[in-house]
Formats: sequence, C-alpha cells, structure tokens
Amino acid sequence: MIVKDHNELFNDTAYVEQFERKREFENPPPAGDVQKTAQWSASAEYMEKNFKREALVINPAKACQPLGAMLCALGFENTLNFVQGSQGCVSYFRSHLSRHFKEPVAAVSSSMTEDSAVFGGVNNMLEGLENAYTLYKPGMIAVSTTCMAEVIGDDLNSFIKTAVEKGIVPQTLDIPFAHTPSFVGSHITGYDNMMKGILSGVKAGGKAAPSNSINIIPGFDTYTGNYVELKRLMNLMGVNATVLADISGTLDSPNTGRYQLYTGGTPLSALKDSINALSTVALQKYSTVKTGEFIKTVWGKDFQIAPVPIGIENTDEFLDMVTAVTGKPVSSEIENERGRAVDAMIDSHPYVHGKRFALVGDPDLLMGLLSFILEMGGRPVHILCTNGDAAFVKDAEALLSRSQFGKDSTVHVGKDMWHLRSLLFAEPVDLLIGNSYAKSLWRDTNTPLLRIGFPLFDRHHLHRYPIIGYQGAINLTNWIVNTLLDEMDRKAMFTQSFDVIR
Amino acid sequence: MSTLIQQTQKMIDEVMDAYPEKARKFREKHVRPNDPMRECGSACAVKSNVKSRPGVMTIRGCAYAGSKGVVWGPVKDVVHLSHGPVGCGQYSWWSRRNYSNGMTGIDNFGAMHITSDFQERDIVFGGDKRLAQICREIKEMFPLAKGISIQSECPVGLIGDDIESVAKKMTVELGIPVIPVRCEGFRGVSQSLGHHIANDSIRDHVLGKNSIDTVTDYDVNLIGDYNIGGDAWASRRILEEMGLRVIAQWTGDATINELAIAPQAKLNLIHCYRSMNYICRFMEEQYGIPWIEYNLFGPTKIYDSMRKIAAFFDDTIKERTEAVIAKYTPVMNAVINEYKPSLKDKTVMLYVGGLRPRHIIGAYEDLGMEVIATGYEFGHNDDYKRTYPEMKEGALIYDDITPYEFEEFAKRLKPDLVGSGIKEKYAYHKMGVPFRQMHSWDYSGPYHGFDGFPVFARDMDMAVNSPAWKLIRRKK
Repeated sequence: MIVKDHNELFNDTAYVEQFERKREFENPPPAGDVQKTAQWSASAEYMEKNFKREALVINPAKACQPLGAMLCALGFENTLNFVQGSQGCVSYFRSHLSRHFKEPVAAVSSSMTEDSAVFGGVNNMLEGLENAYTLYKPGMIAVSTTCMAEVIGDDLNSFIKTAVEKGIVPQTLDIPFAHTPSFVGSHITGYDNMMKGILSGVKAGGKAAPSNSINIIPGFDTYTGNYVELKRLMNLMGVNATVLADISGTLDSPNTGRYQLYTGGTPLSALKDSINALSTVALQKYSTVKTGEFIKTVWGKDFQIAPVPIGIENTDEFLDMVTAVTGKPVSSEIENERGRAVDAMIDSHPYVHGKRFALVGDPDLLMGLLSFILEMGGRPVHILCTNGDAAFVKDAEALLSRSQFGKDSTVHVGKDMWHLRSLLFAEPVDLLIGNSYAKSLWRDTNTPLLRIGFPLFDRHHLHRYPIIGYQGAINLTNWIVNTLLDEMDRKAMFTQSFDVIR
Repeated sequence: MSTLIQQTQKMIDEVMDAYPEKARKFREKHVRPNDPMRECGSACAVKSNVKSRPGVMTIRGCAYAGSKGVVWGPVKDVVHLSHGPVGCGQYSWWSRRNYSNGMTGIDNFGAMHITSDFQERDIVFGGDKRLAQICREIKEMFPLAKGISIQSECPVGLIGDDIESVAKKMTVELGIPVIPVRCEGFRGVSQSLGHHIANDSIRDHVLGKNSIDTVTDYDVNLIGDYNIGGDAWASRRILEEMGLRVIAQWTGDATINELAIAPQAKLNLIHCYRSMNYICRFMEEQYGIPWIEYNLFGPTKIYDSMRKIAAFFDDTIKERTEAVIAKYTPVMNAVINEYKPSLKDKTVMLYVGGLRPRHIIGAYEDLGMEVIATGYEFGHNDDYKRTYPEMKEGALIYDDITPYEFEEFAKRLKPDLVGSGIKEKYAYHKMGVPFRQMHSWDYSGPYHGFDGFPVFARDMDMAVNSPAWKLIRRKK
C-alpha cells in the first residue's frame, strides 16, 4: 500500500486548493508585499538595520546555563541531576539533550510553583532530595538552578546543609551544587560552574602523594565519539587519564533490552582522586574559566589549556602537552594515524583550497574548526559566535592573522543567526558550518550546510564520530570535501562537468 | 470490586512501594484501575491537576510551554517574543511540528526563536524599557507581522515588570496588537494553566476585533487542532467535503485574523478540549455559539463525529456527509485490511497530553489493537471522566505518571507498543519495547482524518513489526 504522509500529501490538488480557500479568512498581506519584503530582507539596507538592533535577539545560537550544568553532571557515575526551580525547564533540558543524542536523559526538578516564589524553595528542595534519594538511589546528586530559584535568591549551600542536618540524606552522600542563572552567560558557563561545583563539592579523599595520572576536561563537548577517541589516544600513549566528565557511556549506551538509569560516566572514585593528579588539561578554554581558576588557586595544582584538538596542529600541540606532563611519548601507532590524516587532507585539498566558509557555534568549537579549515587552505569569511566575548575575538583574530587564508575573516560575537542571514546574502560563501538550526540559513540563502556543533537534531549519529584527534581530522575532511563535491555535482548535473572521477 | 480491578490494584500497590511514605500517599491517588461502571463513585476517580512531587521525575512542562508552545505559537503571522532569558525559546524552537504555510521570517514567524535574552541588568533594573525597544525592532525587522505576543518567562513575574502597560503603549505606537501573556513557568502545576492564560489573552485582546463581510449558515470554527504534521489540514478537508465552511482554524496554521473573526461562526468544533474549552465556553456565553467535541482519529470515530457534526445542520449537509462516508469507507477498509493482520491483538500503553490519551483509542481499535493503559500529563477531572468509558474494566489509568512508574508498569504489562514523548522514547528503545512519539507523531503525520489514518496505521506497523527489535541480545 502506498501511503502518502506530510512529505507528499499536501502537494495534492485538494490541499493546494484548500490553502487557497483558507486565504479568504487569513487576511494575508498582498502577495506582492511578501515577495517585495523577502527581497528587501536580503538587501544591504536591511542588513544595516539588522546590525543596528540593540535589544531584539533573533535565532541566537546559544542555550542557557543549567543545560550545560546537566551535561557536565551526566558525565559522572551514578549521578542524578537535580534542578532547583520550575519543572518545565527540566523537561526542556531533557528533551533537548534526547533529541541530540537519541538517548534517554534523566533529571529531576524540585517543581517550584507560586508558593515557592513567596516562601522560597527550601521545602521543595528538602522534599525533593528525600524523594530523589529514596527512589533513584544515586551515588551523587548534582544540583543546579533555574532562573526562578536564582531570582528569588535560593541559597543552595544552606538548603543542602539543612537536608543533611535533618537526616533527609546521608552525610556521606555527595551533593555538589552550582548556581546556574540563565540570565548570565550560556550553556558553556553552566558547564563550567557545574564542573567547578563538583570538583569543589565532592568529599575528596584529601590531598595525597601525586598520582601518575592526569585529568582531562573536554569542556562542553557533545560528540560522544570525541570522548572515546580521547581515551583511545591516552591508552595508546600509556597515559593514565581521568576524563572529567565522561558522557560517552551515559549518552551512548548499548541496547541490552534493559533500561538503566545510570550507565557509564567517570567513576566517583576517580573523581575524588582527581585532586592528586599530576596536572589537569582542559581541551576548551571558554567553558573552563572558573574551573581552571579553582584548580590553580584552591587545589594549588597545575592547570593547562590545550588548543581544542581539532585539526593536525592543534592535535600535535595537545599530545605534546600530554607528553610534557607525563613523560610518555606519542606512540608510533598515533604517528601513523597522523600520517594518514595528513595524507587524506592533501588528497582532498584541491576541493577545499580557497573555498569560502561561514561558521556559527560555540567559541571553543569555532577555534578548533578555524584552525582545521586554515590547514586545508579554506577561507573563513563569517565567524559568528552568539556566546563569544572579547577574549574570543582576540583569540580568533590572532589565529586568523597567522594565515594568509584568514585575511578575509570577520569575527562577530554577541550576534545571532539572523545577523548571519544578512551576512550570507551580502557576501555569499561556499559552505556554512553550524548546528541543525542553521538549516534555515541553508534554505533562505541557498548556502550548502555542513552540520557540526550542537544541537544536531535533523541528522542521525553525527555525534558518534570524533572530530578531535587525527581520526577527527579524517572525519572532518570527509564531511567537508564530500559536502562540497555533492554540491558541485548538484550544480553540474546537466552539464559536461558532471564527472565520475573527482 | 471485580477481579480485574483487584489485579490491577495489586500491581499498582507493588509499584508504589518504592516511594517514601508521603510521596506514596500522594502518588497512589493518581493511579487507578479503570472502573467504567463507576460503582465506587468519586473514591476511585483518578486525582489530577495538582502539583507534581519535588524530586520525583515528572514528564510535565510549564505554563510557558502551554502558551507559547501550544496555543499561541502556531499563530503564524504574529511574532511570539520569548520574554526573559534565552533558554525557554531555545528549547521550544521549531520543535512542535505545527505546520503552517508562508515564508519564514517574512510573513510567517512560527519556526523562529525571538527573544529578549534577559541579562543580569534586566533582572536588576527590570525589562520593561528594553521590551518597548524590542517591540519597535520587531516592527522594523518584520514589517508584515500582524501582531506581537509577549510570552512571559519566570523572571518577568518575579521581578514585577509591568508588561501590560508597555504592551498597551506599543499597540498604539506600532499600530499592531501587542499582547501581554502572563504565562510564567512557575504558574500552575503544568502546561494546563498556560493554555487557559493564552485563551484568556486571545479573548481579551483579539476575539471579535475583526469581521468578515458575508456569513453563511455553514460557517464553523475548527478549534484545538494545532496542525501537527498537517493534522488540521486533513481535518479541514473532511469538514469542507461535508459542505461546511471553516472560517477559522485554531491555532494550527492560523492567522490572527482567524482568531478575531471566530465569533461569526455558527458552531465551534473542538478537538483538543483540554487546551481550548475555555474560549469555546466564552463564545457560548457571549455570542451564543454552541460547541461540540469531535474526534477524527480512525474511521470509527471519524464517521461518528461526522454524523454528530452533521446533525447540527440541514439535510443537505447530512446527505453530503453520508456520501463522503460512503466514498471513504472502502479506502479505510483497505487500510484496515492491509495492517490489521500484523497488528491484531497487540497491546498499547499511552501517556500523552491534551486529547490524545482518549482520542486515539478508537484508531488503535480499528486496527485490532487494545489500549491497556492510558493517562494525561496535564489532564483535569473532566478529561478522566471522558476516558473511563473508553477503556475496559481493570485497565490502568494514570495521571502525571513518573517515568519510574511508567517503566515498572510496562515491565509488568508487557505492552507491544508504547506511545508517549521524546523524553520517554529512548528508555523504551533500550528496553526493546516498540515506541512511537505521540506528541509530534515522531516526525510523521498527519494522523487526523481520512488522509491521516493510513499514515497512523503504517507508522504503528513499522514500530511494532520492525525486524530490528529482534537484534537485541537481552541481558538478564
């Protein structure tokens, strides 16, 4: 039986005519006005007005703090996310993460309502901790906040203390917390706050003799494949590394016919021992600001920021950093992988060289992608970072200025994807890199889209493939060159240039 | 108490044992064996529309989700401003699949995330001043927008902003309605209050503000259909084939004009009773417009509903209705013949919102399937009352079910299919239980009407009978 669903059904005459009849009641703008306005929205005049916006934000590429906090806590063994505040937020976070990872995501809310707005959220937290502890038997509860709890000034520290004093939860249970107001920063800030909250909030075994291990903090990284790749690289080098926080087991768990609330995650014992590591290496800068400060000042331990290991040079530098800290050299197997990645990039370079790119995403991801694109001879033109700051502009511009391929670039921070729409009309590019929401730009400006970033809702499994390390460089090369070739073929389909060998 | 009811109650008791005493006492009132005879009276009614327990996972959303996400969001020529911090608008962006015609960003603003992106200064100094500026910038960026709705997020109500006065001023200054909606997420216990608040804001700011020149005896409003995957279009097709004239479609693919002219209709047809009964009751009181509930899931309910609707009109409509039913009956029978053999006697557990926990039952039954458990995220007493007669004795009915309970019941009832939402989907995949999202139609649809039923049947079949389930090597 041939079944027509929404993809085809509404092209049928019966529906085309129905839509026409409906217009009688819609009071739509005259058809000419729609076309005229659409054209005007692509003009230089519109772009000028668009960039003069001061208060209105349209299609921003950022989420809010507690989402990042939740991602961070999901990377620890037997850990339950507990969000103090309104319950709708938690449903949103869970949906958002599930749509990207195609995995179940658990979290509880303290379900605060009007009365909590008046009396504060302490009772919600006390009852919430009791219920959550009894029902979900977590090894750790990570508490973050929605803006409701922040606006009314809930004091997590004292609430949790009260819960312990009243015997609602055992004294031995770790309940780290982070204040994560949605009106400050973005999801990467929330990640940072929660990481710091967890490192400072767990009852560590105390400082002991330095272990021979290192800590690696990937940052707000939604590629489960990256975590697997990172651990593989460290294994190959014989490095004893604790990944803080490892979401790969939590958000890519095997199907065994049984659903488990807790799977994977950094073992709590390793978390507690992380204070004794030789050094902590962060793979992102902007999502580890406070965490780094904490490790340096409170722990008094070494903290280094590696360049995001995306592309060859950044990966080289990261691995060298690991060698410098641990004394373990890069293995010959990794060296071979490097050779293969470089070989792949050289093979594909003619289709990438000189191509113009637009990129939108989180600051750390952008730094890595820019570095890779420059290595291939691509020209980044528009770089847009809604949640970037002045430090990011400086870093990105420094990176771009080191390459002749970076001289056409402009870095936009605090701007949104509606700004990028104007930029793409004004100065078209060959390839746009962004998350699934960038598909509206693909449609409006006819710019081919490569989906890299977060969230990726409309394509499956991309997050399983690493974009870091030399394997990641091969994946990026594959995606970039083949997207460009697909586009080239689409355009050449009915010309002499529709070649079978590329 | 019958044996069936006793058996179900025993299962419920077992599952409730895991809760602390207080939470148990609370939760057990929300889960009941169905007693369609209602011999036990109100004592065995499912308790609903009260707060969720803190710390116990709930599947519910908030008032903002009910207003921005459900009722207002689909009104396509109005810019819906997510007023507050960035998150709420981000997570509800382009995700509900309420389809609409038009050009995004030009005369259709549905699939956009438009926000005031509150910063700390807005919390400290208030957001009203910037709100006025935002409205002006919306008008400048989107000159074809027919209105602006201000969808309040939590902080707005907590810091005491006066969005009403800004909206009033901006309505005059910009010459388009600027509509304040007090749907802060902490209000009420679920999405439900957001629906009500949104209904009230339509009543206060839009309803009756415009009119059409000619009316007919066959003018109806299609209410409470959000056009998920094109549902409202498939529904409208049936009504038009019956000879009715749909003058307003609320709110799937709606324009603000359709909200304004609705009081000129002769009859309100309401699909999602939960989210839009408020405005229907108001139109009944204020304009004397009667309203009836209908159900366009699956041929049995479609035929019933068509006849129920036709009964309000003259013989011409009644005759046309019979002719339409006669035309589609062989088509529907062909769908049943195709899919019933592989779906017969399969059991289903549902947990959804709005109308679906009761409205889809008939469609499953048309395919020979049985819904053995159902419940509502944000239902009220009147929803449950409408549900008991649809279910067999001893069937399980739950309100605001927690994922823990849902999974435990599923382990015991071993359904062949679970229909719920994105947050539940992947847990059931891990359990090896076939699953369909029944909020978004799992990116498929439409499911309403004669054009929707074949899609529904195909989708249920592909879920239940996918060979992929057999690949799972089960860990004991």
